[in-house]
Amino acid sequence: MATILAPRPLVEVDALRHYYGAAPGGHLVLDDVNLTLVENEIVGLLGRSGSGKSTLLRSIAGLLHPREGEVRFKADEAGRAPTVSMVFQTFALFPWLTVLQNVELGLEAQKVPAEERRTRALAAIDLIGLDGFENAYPKELSGGMRQRVGLARALVVNPSLLLMDEPFSALDVLTAETLRTDLLDLWSEGRMPIKSILIVTHNIEEAVLMCDRILVFSSNPGRVVAEIKVDLPQPRDRLDPPFRALVDDIYARMTARPTATQPARDGLFPGMGIAMVLPRVSTNSLAGLMEEVDGTPFDGRASMAELADSLQLEVDELLPMAETLQLLRFAELQGADLLLTSGARHYAQADVDARKALFAQALLAHVPIVQHIRRILDERTSHTAPARRFRDELEDHMSPDYADETLRTVTQWGRYGEIFAYDEGSDQFSLEDPE
Amino acid sequence: MSTEKQPPRALPPFSRMLRLTQPNRADGIAFVILAALALLVFRGAEGAVEPLAKLHLEPVTLDPAYLPYYALRTVIRMFAALAASTVFTLVVATLAARSRRAGQIIVPALDILQSVPILGFLTFTVTFFMGLFPGNILGVEFAAVFAIFTSQAWNMAFSFYQSLRSIPTDLEEVSQGFGLSPIRRFLRLDLPFATPPLVWNAMMSMSGGWFFVVASEAITVGNTTVTLPGIGSWLALAIERQDFRAIGEAVAMMAVVILLYDQLFFRPIVAWADRFRFEQTAGNERPRSWAYDLLRRTRLLPLLFAPITWIGGLLLALDPGRTAMRPARQAQPNPLVERLWQSLVLLAVGAAFWWSAHYVLATLGLADIGEAFGLACLTMVRVIILIALASVVWVPIGVWIGLNPKWAERLQPVAQFLAAFPANVLFPFAVIVIVRWNLSPDIWLSPLMILGTQWYILFNVIAGASAIPNDLREAAGMFGVRGWQWWRQVALPGIFPFYVTGALTASGGSWNASIVAEAVSWGNQRLEAHGLGTYIAKATTAGDYPRVALGIAVMSLFVLGFNRLVWRPMYAFAERRLRLS
Repeated sequence: MATILAPRPLVEVDALRHYYGAAPGGHLVLDDVNLTLVENEIVGLLGRSGSGKSTLLRSIAGLLHPREGEVRFKADEAGRAPTVSMVFQTFALFPWLTVLQNVELGLEAQKVPAEERRTRALAAIDLIGLDGFENAYPKELSGGMRQRVGLARALVVNPSLLLMDEPFSALDVLTAETLRTDLLDLWSEGRMPIKSILIVTHNIEEAVLMCDRILVFSSNPGRVVAEIKVDLPQPRDRLDPPFRALVDDIYARMTARPTATQPARDGLFPGMGIAMVLPRVSTNSLAGLMEEVDGTPFDGRASMAELADSLQLEVDELLPMAETLQLLRFAELQGADLLLTSGARHYAQADVDARKALFAQALLAHVPIVQHIRRILDERTSHTAPARRFRDELEDHMSPDYADETLRTVTQWGRYGEIFAYDEGSDQFSLEDPE
Repeated sequence: MSTEKQPPRALPPFSRMLRLTQPNRADGIAFVILAALALLVFRGAEGAVEPLAKLHLEPVTLDPAYLPYYALRTVIRMFAALAASTVFTLVVATLAARSRRAGQIIVPALDILQSVPILGFLTFTVTFFMGLFPGNILGVEFAAVFAIFTSQAWNMAFSFYQSLRSIPTDLEEVSQGFGLSPIRRFLRLDLPFATPPLVWNAMMSMSGGWFFVVASEAITVGNTTVTLPGIGSWLALAIERQDFRAIGEAVAMMAVVILLYDQLFFRPIVAWADRFRFEQTAGNERPRSWAYDLLRRTRLLPLLFAPITWIGGLLLALDPGRTAMRPARQAQPNPLVERLWQSLVLLAVGAAFWWSAHYVLATLGLADIGEAFGLACLTMVRVIILIALASVVWVPIGVWIGLNPKWAERLQPVAQFLAAFPANVLFPFAVIVIVRWNLSPDIWLSPLMILGTQWYILFNVIAGASAIPNDLREAAGMFGVRGWQWWRQVALPGIFPFYVTGALTASGGSWNASIVAEAVSWGNQRLEAHGLGTYIAKATTAGDYPRVALGIAVMSLFVLGFNRLVWRPMYAFAERRLRLS
């Protein structure tokens, strides 16, 4: 039996570290990532945007070269190094090539003779359920069909490792589910030439549904914070209690407060001064979330998984919102549960002006950059200050992109709380209301 | 996969091959047209390699029987220039996009060349090419083709470069992931992606080329006067002899020629290039062309394209095959080499500057430079006033047309024809009017500068107005927004980004046109307006190279300054604040 043998490693990722930006320094996106992929497993990389999981995937695909560390491919007993192939979130099909030509692309690059190329491409198209569409152009296909082309194109070159970069996130829920099931069927029946799959996702349920092993990434910088083995038998049932428990567990791990030893730039938690990266969360979404949790059936306490379900939100969207509430002391995160504070429940019931006042109070009390801007504006006789100045101050602590995003968020929150005004034309904060 | 399934495109049996290659009726029509075209090209090209003395033995005459032949020669020149521009574009723009170092030089160079007055260069190029082929017409032909080339190549190359830089990352990653070799990548990804904008640009360039044909076929440099057989020379002669009938005939001939190549060349190509449009959704109206449909119905078509396919095949055969799956770690650029390269470039630029300055200053003093700057200011005032006037006229009309799709459809070809029409043909009429009423040439010659370029404003405003979303118009209608408020808050912001593009092109073109528009003649009557254009034109006629160089340099400086200080900021503002979507 094959199971007795130790699984053969395919790829080893060793102490990977990568920065964006100019060579010395730059913004750290991946920090000391180690990973070994073995045969016959589906591994999921789970994390929020900015957690470097796509960077890791691209390092393995050979599309980018990490600043430090190494990706090693282990040759099999015949001495062949494993090959990889990738499926893209945006499908990445050539619009001027037909389905067949798109699938043949990789073979053509390998200079496979025309006849063999055609036979293999047709076989892949057949396998993936695209017969009859060989001569269609991508623009004639639905999103699901396009991703099937992407899959066929990746499989036709017989890769040992299939890399998938959020392959289902650009599809609607039903289509994504069908495609996922089809892929799992092909995998479990061993009809694909691949030995292993590495899939990037920010959908927790998707990861639990598909993977044998899940690596949970923290963001800013990306680090593996947890490795979770999923032993549930396939096919898995979303409503199965162990399944739910695992999803809740992962939510809890993803929202867990970092330990004190981690450096201050890690994210979004109270008491860190001006160096906080604030995600773009709109005040409307915050209000909506508080109302949802305040109302029935949650009555002030909701599990993140249930919330994500009932609000139709990806974890990527829900987590920043929940953390912002936590930052403003409108909520507590306990395990995988979101617990509204009395302030938030008060907010949910209040009228527009009272809400604004509550929000302004919370901002001034708990968001240092808002306090900072307000203090400067109060001190100056003109009651105006260029936004450039604050952006520069933020850039001392974070990358320019994050500084810009943070200041935009602050501007939107400040405007809503009527703490200050902002004029885009002159790029200035002020205390005055527009005339 | 089911094993009994036949691959759909296996080799057909021999009988079917025969049937497939048997000509049909469409083949017949296409064959006649193509054979006629080939004959014409051959006949026209014959004249281009004869000794120079022949030009004096058979001078251009105003005999209508010769006019079609002249038109043929002119069109062949234009297509030769277009072919050269295309090759230049494919090579240079690709190099600029692929090699960082090449890009550092090529991109700014293209940017500057785009705004340099091409007409001023004629002086230098004619002498150069005549020296290359002494005693043969070919040298002068090359000079004329080169003049047209310089009016087309830069913006085609720039557009191609920009397309290459905007290729979606995911497609780049696929090519890289599958290890596509550079040649295959170019044929599979770069070229298809950049084709639609390139075709569009080539069309616009062809229209612009007419202007230079007229100016470049009959040239006087110092004491050499060359007249190549062509419509341009015909026009020059007609102007010299004050022959209205001949001018009318030339205009009619041009209309026919423009119509012909539009129908037989550009329409089919636009229809064909539509497949490369980067869109993921079907829909939109596809461009149609009867000539393309006819060609597609022919069975011998593959034979026709055999040479092109053959070149592609050859390129791919040379292709080393799959490159390494895992390309080597990208070497950090060596700082020493980098600095060396940069200082080399700086040194070259410095040397070129010193050399030109030396050349100009050897004969000219500061007073001459001051004079050139003063004249440039005069021309600048003209350009500003004319753009403003053209905007006042064409913006309302363009908005009206753009908001009425029916009219837009009908007027689009008309506007395209007007843009392609070389405005310098109409200059003599202006001279007659000015002389007749004894008007001031300083004022009344000015409108000629914008005669040919104003259409860019109209084009772009029409495009902008038709792009204003319907819901915005409906909302404006519902709240009763009309009059000045409607213009201020709906129409003008909606068209602004488009307008800026149009005005930028128009102003650049007007500067260029000033070289022929500020000094105009009709027979022995010669009118001159004070300006940099006249300065360059006079220096050209006199063979005064230092002044030509100085004039070009000053004009380039003004055009560049204008672009950087006026149009770019407006463009940035439009991008930031007024972009719908």
